[in-house]
Amino acid sequence: MTMPPHDAVIHAAGLRKDFTVKRKTGRLRRTAQSVSAVDGVDLTITTGETVGYIGPNGAGKSTTLKMMTGILTPTGGALTVCGLEPVPRRKQLARRIGVVFGQRSQLWWDLPLRESFRLLRHVYSVPAADHAHRLETCRRMLDLDAFLDTPVRQLSLGQRMRGEITAALLHGPEVLFLDEPTIGLDVVSKHALRAFLADLGARGDVTIVLTTHDLADIERLCPRLVVVDHGRVVHDGTLAALHERYGSRRRVVVDLDRPYDDLPHVPGVKVDRVEDDGHRVVFALDGVPAGGLIARLAQLGGLRDVAVQEPDIEEVVARLYTTEPAEPAEPAEPAVPA
Amino acid sequence: MPFAAACPKSAPDPHSAPDPSADPPDRRGRPRPPARRRAADAAAGFVALTGAGFRRYATYRQAMVAGLFTNIVFGAMLASIMLGVAADGRTPGGYSREQLVAFVWVGQGLLNVVYTWGWRELADRVRSGDVTADLLRPVDPLTSYAAADLGRAGQAVLGRWIAPVVVGVAFYDIYVPHRPSTYVLFVVSVVLATLVSFGGRYLVNLSAFWLLDVRGPVALWMLAGALLSGSFLPMRFLPEWVQWLLWCGTPFPSIFQIPLDVAVERTDGALSATTVLLQLVWVIVLFLACRAVQRRAVRRLVVQGG
Ligand SMILES: Nc1ncnc2c1ncn2[C@@H]1O[C@H](COP(=O)(O)OP(=O)(O)OP(=O)(O)O)[C@@H](O)[C@H]1O
Ligand SMILES: [Mg+2]
Repeated sequence: MTMPPHDAVIHAAGLRKDFTVKRKTGRLRRTAQSVSAVDGVDLTITTGETVGYIGPNGAGKSTTLKMMTGILTPTGGALTVCGLEPVPRRKQLARRIGVVFGQRSQLWWDLPLRESFRLLRHVYSVPAADHAHRLETCRRMLDLDAFLDTPVRQLSLGQRMRGEITAALLHGPEVLFLDEPTIGLDVVSKHALRAFLADLGARGDVTIVLTTHDLADIERLCPRLVVVDHGRVVHDGTLAALHERYGSRRRVVVDLDRPYDDLPHVPGVKVDRVEDDGHRVVFALDGVPAGGLIARLAQLGGLRDVAVQEPDIEEVVARLYTTEPAEPAEPAEPAVPA
Repeated sequence: MPFAAACPKSAPDPHSAPDPSADPPDRRGRPRPPARRRAADAAAGFVALTGAGFRRYATYRQAMVAGLFTNIVFGAMLASIMLGVAADGRTPGGYSREQLVAFVWVGQGLLNVVYTWGWRELADRVRSGDVTADLLRPVDPLTSYAAADLGRAGQAVLGRWIAPVVVGVAFYDIYVPHRPSTYVLFVVSVVLATLVSFGGRYLVNLSAFWLLDVRGPVALWMLAGALLSGSFLPMRFLPEWVQWLLWCGTPFPSIFQIPLDVAVERTDGALSATTVLLQLVWVIVLFLACRAVQRRAVRRLVVQGG
């Protein structure tokens, strides 16, 4: 096992979780089968980082978060969070982390939000002044005032989610775990929540680990991106590194009055595809600016419309998800040409 | 304003001497508070959770009124049966007429205080995976559920217990305890009865970690509770050897029969106090069992749902 670096908040080495599922294989017979939900994850997260954890459905994201928060016992490997082994030290760890599982509530269903917050102060033994300050900040930034006195069961999803995030922050956690915090929220609520989390992350005070299927969350919030598939890390690095690695390019979409006989050749530019009987040509830019290509096209004439497309994260990720299980990636490895 | 500035870290307690056995301070330099503060904090947390349980059940007003109506109708029926059983100066189970009437009317509301009905809250949360939230808190779920249940019981005293007792006192020739110590002992006995009942219900619910569907065990617990706790008929109507078996071998008489025998002064003060001690033993046994089973459950914990 490797030793965690001194500033590591979360350190996982060869982390595994197998579930045993019973399958009906005959009329009466049931055989136990082992499903590997997390299959050897190595991960080190340092203080103040904001890390996005993405992967297709069933990739093992929630399972990993459950192990990190101490509510699920790993099958193998080593794991420390805040220097503690999560499951045996669950109660101590609980004071130092904040957790929001998007589909669950940690609030008291029948009581007003305000009451839940007050209870949490006692449950976590937070000094009254600290509690008041944190609550005040969240009230202001998350606009809680309108529904502070509403019983939780009557809150809308977006309102409840704002309450959940507040509840997770009131005891001043060192690490905030968010499992799909933006699930089911409308565009405005998502924006508000992202702005809040971006702000929180930018201060470097709280380490944030979040899973999501909304890649806009990642683009907005996470300098570092961990992609898992079939329980393994297939990418660990920046978004830009991901683009580079999977050969995503900026593209220039050109609409023409009439098809070219010969497509122009510009250094660093490749023809990606030709559509509409040659009336539309899509060029891929290999790290060069679009200017040279557009100037060349203007010379040729017959240009109706030009659009430059930024690399599409959805596309990269879709490609990543559909390729067969890759070899686990080395963290921060140099870009591999696709 | 930066979030960090808005969230000042708690200042280290200047009076706390460095304690070598204490946990190391966390990354933010927050030291662990001394043991006495921790105990006070834990007590404050328990009281807050009890209060939350109390307020939570206060929100169900309609259910309370409907339940109260049922209690009073049932109480009247049971009381007329008891009056028949104890007619002509007979003393079944050693109770006088007045004592039996008191047994009925004090008992009707007590059913809801100690809660002998099916309780599946924890099991449902295990099944749905919501138990996550309970486990992610720095308080043992056994403690927080016990606190909430005491709050619920407190709410039931106000909402469900007082009215039937008032009906009994107003319309029946009812036994009024004459030993002052009885009143104190009764309060202690009811708290312990609630904890015995809670411990049993919690233990049954813990089976959800293995079974997922706990309707069977819960129904069994309810049935046993209804038959063996004295809520249908006082246990003292049964042959003596059966009584010994039930009182010492099962927790059920501790849930209902004992507080009622205390209330109607069925036995002398010393014996009453001994039975309350028996309740305490059951509380300890059941909570230790809950703790042991919960530890195993959590170790093999599989939280359901993504
Ligand atoms: N309690 C369980 N019992 C058996 N298998 C489970 C259990 N929980 C999860 N799994 C399996 O483990 C794998 C990973 O599940 P997990 O919930 O971690 O996925 P996820 O990455 O969070 O997916 P999603 O994006 O859909 O939330 C899945 O194949 C799932 O079927
Ligand atoms: Mg998930």
